[in-house]
Amino acid sequence: MAEAAQREITYVGAIAEGARTILNEQEGAFIAGEDVAGAGGVFGSYRGLLDEFGSDRIVDTPISEEGIVGLGVGAAATGLRPIIDIMFMDFMGECMDEIANQMAKMRYMFGGSAKLPITVVTMSGAGMNMAAQHSQSLEVWLCHLPGLKVVTPATPYDAKGMLIAAARDDNPVFVVMNKLSLRNQGPVPEEAYEVPIGAAEVVRAGDDLTFVSYSRMVSEAVKAAEALSADGIEAEVIDLKSLQPMDTDTVIESVQKTHRAVVVHEAVRFAGLGGEIAAQIQELAFDDLDAPVARVGAPFSPVPFSSVLEQTYLPNADKIAAEARQLLGM
Amino acid sequence: MDQPTDEVLLDIHRRMVRIRVFETEAGRMAEAGKIPGALHLYVGEEAVAAGVMAHLSDDDWITSTHRGHGHLIAKGGEFDRMFAELFGRATGYCRGKGGSMHISNMDLGMLGANGIVGAGPPIAVGAAFSTKFRNTDRVAVSFFGDGASNEGSFHEAANMAALYKLPAIFVCENNGYGEYTPQANHQAIVDVADRASGYGMPGVIVDGMDAVAVYEAAGAAIERARSGDGPTLLECKTYRFFDHVGVRGMGLSYRTDEELEEWQKRDPIHMFEARLDELGVLSRDDAAKIHEGVLEEVRAGIEFAESSPLPDPETLLEDVYA
Repeated sequence: MAEAAQREITYVGAIAEGARTILNEQEGAFIAGEDVAGAGGVFGSYRGLLDEFGSDRIVDTPISEEGIVGLGVGAAATGLRPIIDIMFMDFMGECMDEIANQMAKMRYMFGGSAKLPITVVTMSGAGMNMAAQHSQSLEVWLCHLPGLKVVTPATPYDAKGMLIAAARDDNPVFVVMNKLSLRNQGPVPEEAYEVPIGAAEVVRAGDDLTFVSYSRMVSEAVKAAEALSADGIEAEVIDLKSLQPMDTDTVIESVQKTHRAVVVHEAVRFAGLGGEIAAQIQELAFDDLDAPVARVGAPFSPVPFSSVLEQTYLPNADKIAAEARQLLGM
Repeated sequence: MDQPTDEVLLDIHRRMVRIRVFETEAGRMAEAGKIPGALHLYVGEEAVAAGVMAHLSDDDWITSTHRGHGHLIAKGGEFDRMFAELFGRATGYCRGKGGSMHISNMDLGMLGANGIVGAGPPIAVGAAFSTKFRNTDRVAVSFFGDGASNEGSFHEAANMAALYKLPAIFVCENNGYGEYTPQANHQAIVDVADRASGYGMPGVIVDGMDAVAVYEAAGAAIERARSGDGPTLLECKTYRFFDHVGVRGMGLSYRTDEELEEWQKRDPIHMFEARLDELGVLSRDDAAKIHEGVLEEVRAGIEFAESSPLPDPETLLEDVYA
C-alpha cells in the first residue's frame, strides 16, 4: 500500500500548529509571555497567532517572569487554560516561587479543590553560542517538584503532539522545547493528535546495550548507535519523551534484554536526571545488569560562549559512542 | 459613595467579631498544644478584612497571606471546617493538607492563605485576568503586608494589573512590621500607597482601624475595578496586636508595650461598637450578645474539629495531581 506522502514541517512550525490547535478547541486557552504577540515569539513559535486570535488571547507581557507565571496560576485556578511562555528556561530563576511553591503545590495544599490546567512552554539547550544564561538544561529543577509534569519533545511530531497533550491535561505541564532543534524538519500530521504524557518510545531497536535519552540528545544517541552498528554493536535507543511522569517500564524492559545502559542527557551530569534513572535501573533490574549504568552529560561547568569551548562542553554522538565502547570493554 | 446602611454596619460588625473570637480561641488552642505548627493571628486587623469583604460575593476572588484566617472568615469561611483544618483533621477545608498557612476555599473565592510573602498579588492578577477574559464584573482582591510590598512579585503584579486595566484591588495591610522588622527598617517610605503612582494607578491611604473608612475606600476601589477602570492600591494602616507568630503581644524585643497600648486604644472593634451604640444601630448589650453567640459557634467548631477523624495515611499521595 502506497503511504500518503507525509508533510514535513519544522519543529518551530510544529509548536505554532500545536498552539493553534489548542486555541481553536479550548475557548479558555490563551498564550501569555514576553514578545509572543507582536513578535510572534522570539523563536517564531507563535507567528501568525495574534492576527488569527486577537490580543485578548495572544498576550504580550512585560518582562516580568514571576508576574507572568503568577498570572497563569491565578487564571488557571479560576477556570482558564493558560499557555505561558518562558522564553528561555534559564529565566526560571525569576519565577521559581510561582512555579515551585504555587503552581506545583496549590492543588495539594488546598486538599484537591483547585485544578491548574496550565501549560508552560520554555526553551532549553546549548549549541548556539548563547552562553551561560541562555543555554541551560534545567529540567531537573522541575522534575524534583511533585505536582508538575515535564515533557521534552525531541522531534517536530512530538513538539506538536506533546503541546496538545499538555494543554489538554488538567495539571501543570512544562513542555521543555529545544532551541537547537527549532529548524529541524520532520513529518507532522495536519490534524490534531496527542503524544501521550508518560510514555517513552523505543526509537531504535538493539540487543547489546540501551541508550536512555530525551530531547535533542536522542538524535545524538541514534547517531552513536549507527556508528556502533558499523562495529557490530546494536544499541537500543529510548526516547523518554516525558520525564515526569517517567515511563520506567520501557527502560527496564529494554535493560532486561540488553543488560547494559547508558543514560544520555545534555544537562550537567552531576545531580542530573541520569542519576535518578541509574538508581531506578539498579533498584528494578540489578540482576539483569552486566555492567554499571553509565552516564553521559555535560561537565560541571556553566555553558561557555566560544564555539570551541561550547562544543567541548556538549555531549555528542562521539562521546556517547566512546562511553558505550568503554562500557562494553572495547 | 453612599454611607453604609445599618444592615451593612451590622454585617461588618459581625464579620469583625467572628474574626476576633475565632482568632482568640485559636490562639488558646495553640497554646494548649492542640493546634500544631505556626499560627499567624489576625487580631487587631479585623476592620480591613471585614470592610473589604462586605463588598464581595463568593464569585469575587481574593488572595491572602500567611495571616489568612481573617480573610477566609470575612469571606464566609465556616468555623467547623476551619478549625478542623487547623487541627489537621480530614474534615478540614484542605483535608488536613494545608493547615493554617494554606487554608483556602475555592467555592468562596478564597485562593488560599500563602506561606510565601508576596506570592499572592501575581495570582490575584491572574484571577482578575480571568474575570476580564470572561467579561464578567467580578474582581480580584489581593491582601498583602508592608513587608510584601518590597517583594518583586508585588511590583510585577501591580505593573501588569495597571497595564491591562484589570479588575484588581491591592489591599496593603500595613501593620508596621515585616515579620519582626519595623517598617522604618525595611523601606524608606512611610506610605506604601506612594508606590501606586509608579504603576499608574491610584494609591489610597485609609485608617485600617476604622471599618467604615475601609468599607468606603474599598467600595470606591472595587467600583472602579468593576467598571473597567483598572486597579487601585489601598493602604490600610493597621496594627498586629499579637506577635508575628502566636499570641504574645506584650514584652516583645522588637516593639514597645507602649506602642501596643496606643494602638489598642484604637481597637477596631471597640471603636466600631462605640460608633454603633452612638448611632443607635447596636447597643452595648446587644453587641455583647453577638460576641457570646459567636463564641458558642467557635466552641462548636472546636468540638467538631476535635471529634473529627485524622486524615487516613492512605490519602498522602492523593491530590498531588488532578
